[in-house]
Amino acid sequence: MADASDVAELRERIERALPGTLVPTPSRANTQAVPVKKGEQVAPNFLATDDPVITADQLPNVAGYLRDTLGYELLTNITATDYLADGIIEMVYHFVRLNGGAPIAIKVRTSREQPEVPSLTAEWPGADFQEREAFDLFGVVFRGHANLRRIYMWDEFEGFPMRKDFPKQGDKYFEDTEE
Amino acid sequence: MPTSQELQINIGPQHPSTHGVFRMTVTVDGETVVRLDPVFGYLHRNHEQLAEVSTYIQSMPYTDRLDYFNSMASNYGLALAVEKLAEIEVPQRANYIRALMNELTRILNHATAIGFLLNDMGAWQTALAFSMREREKILDLFEMASGARMMCNYFRFGGIWRDLPPEFVPQLKQLMVGLPSFFDEFDKLLRENEILRARSINIGILPKELAAAYSVTGPVLRASGIAYDIRKAEPYGIYGELDFDVPIGSVGDVYDRYLVRIEEMRQSYRMIQQIIERLPDTIGGHINPKMADIGKQKTLRPPVGDVYARIESPKGELGFYLVSDGSERPYRYKVRAPSFLNLTPLGDMCRGHRIADVVVILGSIDIVMGEVDR
Repeated sequence: MADASDVAELRERIERALPGTLVPTPSRANTQAVPVKKGEQVAPNFLATDDPVITADQLPNVAGYLRDTLGYELLTNITATDYLADGIIEMVYHFVRLNGGAPIAIKVRTSREQPEVPSLTAEWPGADFQEREAFDLFGVVFRGHANLRRIYMWDEFEGFPMRKDFPKQGDKYFEDTEE
Repeated sequence: MPTSQELQINIGPQHPSTHGVFRMTVTVDGETVVRLDPVFGYLHRNHEQLAEVSTYIQSMPYTDRLDYFNSMASNYGLALAVEKLAEIEVPQRANYIRALMNELTRILNHATAIGFLLNDMGAWQTALAFSMREREKILDLFEMASGARMMCNYFRFGGIWRDLPPEFVPQLKQLMVGLPSFFDEFDKLLRENEILRARSINIGILPKELAAAYSVTGPVLRASGIAYDIRKAEPYGIYGELDFDVPIGSVGDVYDRYLVRIEEMRQSYRMIQQIIERLPDTIGGHINPKMADIGKQKTLRPPVGDVYARIESPKGELGFYLVSDGSERPYRYKVRAPSFLNLTPLGDMCRGHRIADVVVILGSIDIVMGEVDR
């Protein structure tokens, strides 16, 4: 991960080039991490982050800006995280420069009930499989993806296995055959 | 006037040339591929969720099963990510041994990848026998150090499981004496081989302009002419101190991928030479003393936050994205698997080629299904 000053500069540049795309978020530094003691439940503030969080609609623009102006050509990692308590699914995109340096992360937040973000496959064909993976396991719908099908689970499968409220015990596909 | 008709055929999931349970639906016009769709999931066991209900160290042996050819590299990826998240320092000696294991694994991976590629071309078992011979010697070293040939489970957060046994370095030196002649012999047999050239030159071209857009990494990206190697781009461990070159291809065809892998083996050899030279002078033990107790490993609670760490695995960029909620188990655990993403351009690379070239192009990408399907 790029260090803190780089991330702050990145936020600034995005804000200057594309005003209104950044979503204000509490900084990680202000929410001091409290080590959890045994048996003690402290809900961590997942929404505090230093990485730029952008509005879903602006994602292709910001990604294009990163590639064309800042030189982050390679979209390497795409992932979703389900923050059940906050009702949010967060998409994280990691970009790197081909001439070296640490990757940068940009994040997009969408609701758990209707998770929908624009697809990057038009400009980054490499996003294809990882977007399908996020759709398959988290149920995130990628607007504009030409082939948004399940990738690991079979097509008839119901539910999204990586969501935090997906039951971890029992399997409805085996219920009938159990002796 | 006879008319041609498109035909859809199925390659895999049970097929000797798909490197595991990989399936492709191929539409052909005569013998020419019109369209190719990879179908995944036959080896899917949701590694990510299993990791989310396990402690951090419990996932370590499971990473061996991701890319089961290169368990040392998969171990390294997870260890690096957790160390970044929990801010654990790694002693110099441990870093040297880690790099040594990773370069050995790169040699064995590339040697067998080329062996299997020749298998796919019809040189059944001949080239593979040569690479398997060298691979066994390296696996013997892994067994000596970790206790297991393939499922090494050797890395710990803050270092490695234990230091090298005394007989390790002499045997490694013995291996190093033989390796250059293996590279030369292997290369001499193959580089000018008429069949290899006929089957690989201008086959499965991935142009430079497209390679980055397709998010491919590792030897496939470098064969397309982009000198991107994480060991240089964002050095981790001791790679910043080692002297090595990043070989690149010019066209981006199957032959270039072969050449890049051969050259990378030689570069790994150079790195191991430097490591052997410096290993006796390294300081620090094999593990950070704060993490030496296995109880510390088991109860590791990284602070709240997220991290993305990556290494140059033999197949490409292996990344781990972790989110910690401050407990013993990761809240989110994601593997960015190089073989999975390197498959993205497969359909485009195969279009217009003969159906017999499909397995060759697939072989040149070098995939392991344990990692693709996770």
